[in-house]
Amino acid sequence: MADLGNFALIIAFCLAIYAVVASVWGARTGREPLIRSGENAALVVAVSMLTVMVCLDVLLVRSDFHIEYVASYTNRDLPLFFKFAALWAGQAGSLLLWSSLIAVFTALVILQNRHKNRGLMPYVVAILSTTSLFFIVLNLFVTNPFDELVAHFADGSMAPWAAQDGKGLNPLLQHPAMVIHPPTLFVGYVGFVVPYAFAMAALITGELGNKWITLTRRWTIIPWFFLGTGILLGGNWAYQELGWGGYWAWDPVENASFMPWLTGTAFLHSVMIQEKRGMLKVWNMVLIILTFSLSILGTFLTRSGVVSSVHAFAASSIGGWFLGFLIVMVCFSLILLFLRLPQLKAQNEIESMVSREAGFLFNNLLLLGAAFSILWGTLFPILSEAVQGVKITVGPPFFNRINVPLGLALLLLTGVGPVLAWRKSSGKGLRRNLTLPIIVAAVTAAVVVFVVGVKHPYSLVSFALAAFVTTITVMEFARGTAARARNTGESWPVALLRLTLKNKRRYGGYIIHLGIVVLFIGLTGKAFTQEGQFELGPGESAQVGHYTIQMVRMEEHNAPNYRAIRAYLAISKDGEDLGYLGPERRVYQATQQPTTEVSIHSTLTEDLYTVFASPTTDGRKGIIQVWLNPLVNFVWGGGLLVCIGTLVAMLPDRARRRRMERMMAGEASRA
Amino acid sequence: MRPTQVKMLVGISIVVGAVVWLAATGFDESKAYFKTVPELAAMGKEAHGKRIKVAGDVKVGTLVRTPHLTTFELELEGATRKVAYIGKAVLPDTFKEGAKVVADGRLRDDGVFEAKQIQAKCASKYESTGYPGGDMPEAMRKAIERGESAPSGHPDGAM
Repeated sequence: MADLGNFALIIAFCLAIYAVVASVWGARTGREPLIRSGENAALVVAVSMLTVMVCLDVLLVRSDFHIEYVASYTNRDLPLFFKFAALWAGQAGSLLLWSSLIAVFTALVILQNRHKNRGLMPYVVAILSTTSLFFIVLNLFVTNPFDELVAHFADGSMAPWAAQDGKGLNPLLQHPAMVIHPPTLFVGYVGFVVPYAFAMAALITGELGNKWITLTRRWTIIPWFFLGTGILLGGNWAYQELGWGGYWAWDPVENASFMPWLTGTAFLHSVMIQEKRGMLKVWNMVLIILTFSLSILGTFLTRSGVVSSVHAFAASSIGGWFLGFLIVMVCFSLILLFLRLPQLKAQNEIESMVSREAGFLFNNLLLLGAAFSILWGTLFPILSEAVQGVKITVGPPFFNRINVPLGLALLLLTGVGPVLAWRKSSGKGLRRNLTLPIIVAAVTAAVVVFVVGVKHPYSLVSFALAAFVTTITVMEFARGTAARARNTGESWPVALLRLTLKNKRRYGGYIIHLGIVVLFIGLTGKAFTQEGQFELGPGESAQVGHYTIQMVRMEEHNAPNYRAIRAYLAISKDGEDLGYLGPERRVYQATQQPTTEVSIHSTLTEDLYTVFASPTTDGRKGIIQVWLNPLVNFVWGGGLLVCIGTLVAMLPDRARRRRMERMMAGEASRA
Repeated sequence: MRPTQVKMLVGISIVVGAVVWLAATGFDESKAYFKTVPELAAMGKEAHGKRIKVAGDVKVGTLVRTPHLTTFELELEGATRKVAYIGKAVLPDTFKEGAKVVADGRLRDDGVFEAKQIQAKCASKYESTGYPGGDMPEAMRKAIERGESAPSGHPDGAM
């Protein structure tokens, strides 16, 4: 099975090279059959890579401990589900997932465009296959998942052997969110390669119109959606599994996935200016190059541990490869862009500060500011070590200090942007659109200060802005619905539904904006977290906020693969009985690693989050950590709303298809 | 330049300036020197007064836990350093003897490192050592211990 896997990898390697060469050569010499054969080669690469994945999964499920990867990440007792998922538990396997995904995406792009966009396609295939090739090279020559388990002897000789049982999957990773989180993120990272490939193809062929943007709209929003979902799933996992009371810590690996999401968000917005007004053409190219580069960098940071590792660099053998690939691709992209600069002149200028264009521009600036500050903070330990020989790290306060105000400014633009007119907004229009939202925001601010008693300035601004943006967005829906109901005689709910479905991109976008607002409300709750740590014996109780936590008893119990001790806590709020929570401390047999099982009493407005840290040294009491986290469910709810909005925006659109067909027909008649 | 362009430039400069200012001031507040145990020793007097993160392995047999203070020694490449953990948070599950940790705090004048936070190796990087269920075959381990070369034939008869 391992031999078959390696064989399929070698086939994929050879055919990926062929796909690149045949596509470019075919395009240069105008030989369509050669281009076709390049595409067919890329299709076979996808099939080969899927075969490789199947081979590795068969080995994992069969617990073939001749293979180092299998022995390192699974053991016999591991549930089947996790044996499958162990495919992406380690570096070699997750890089294999990467190269398989890119190969499959390449195949999908080819199948979509069998009879379309024939001018761009050879270069699209070449760029996509080059990226595939890079990861296949890593799979084959640098971290091969099929490597055998070998013993090293003192004289340098080696012999293969098979472990009787594997080391097992890290218990912290045995969680459903952790099973889908990595592939979700990877679909995001990998997906952004597609719009990048189209952008580069546009630069190479000189087809610099809006075609590449229109073609890749869905290929941009899908990776954006998956990356965002992946980030939230990771946060949810951290919250439920790690037991430190939070969901985001500005960890380098988290930052790695957040940066391409930020630049991808900027790209999604700024392409609209190019489509409507023929501006920012160079900027859009830069954004997609950045998003692609940050996706590659993100994969690297996630998989190598180069930043967070205690002994930096020493552990990583893939660093040089990634650095080389990144440098080559970035230089290649920038040279192409530079050569095409004269053809990328804007057709229009910004006419007013108070225009949709200016709004988008500032949105872009803020998103990039956030991305760069995060990049700077994440890479600073490496940079300072390389330049000064001193490794200096920065912590969460650095990231929060920059990103909280930037985030609030973005929230403001989320509200203002949609009511700004293209070219120039009239004062009258703005007054009509903004008077009510400003009043609602002011009332909300007053209520928050005087009734709820919040004095923290950023939180106050955040709540007021949330009210402001919500009002504007609801007004947009209401106005459109009212007009439609008047014109067509439809009832309001029908008019609302049809309105949304008729302009999915716009109203799907508004739903996403509402989701972001809800998410921000959730993030703001972080400022009001209360925490405490108590040593509680049976019968003793502690107070956190309005909640009383009483230790009932501690009880040991054993499961087949772990020993556990659980604290039974009786919870009440203002005297009202709320039942029991049972945080646990477990020690898994296979790894002897202690883990904590948090127990959460979750309501819409707040979570009571309890952790059984450990028994006291004499064993009579338990150390219980308690967090009172307000509004956490708004974070997950906001994320869900963003998902719904994205789905609406992605639904097939008849009007758009007609526009596309017209555009293609127009181009054909001009040619 | 037209007035709109001037206004745009001013607006852009304000945003960029604000980001840079926030970054510069935030940076000074939260920066910490990242040192390994031997590097910390090499810093000498320079280390005093600075916020430092020191990395090393918790030396086996040195971990002492009392209700309000946990002390242990960090070792790496032959150098050791006494650490006193004075933070309030309960130490993470991954923190134990032999674990790779990063202690965040300051060096006291008496040479003890006073840590306010301890990070133990992150979960996604966690890999245990050694295989359960008897490790490698006895013949092989003995051969390695004796410094011999590989026994001929496949150890468990497969392949």
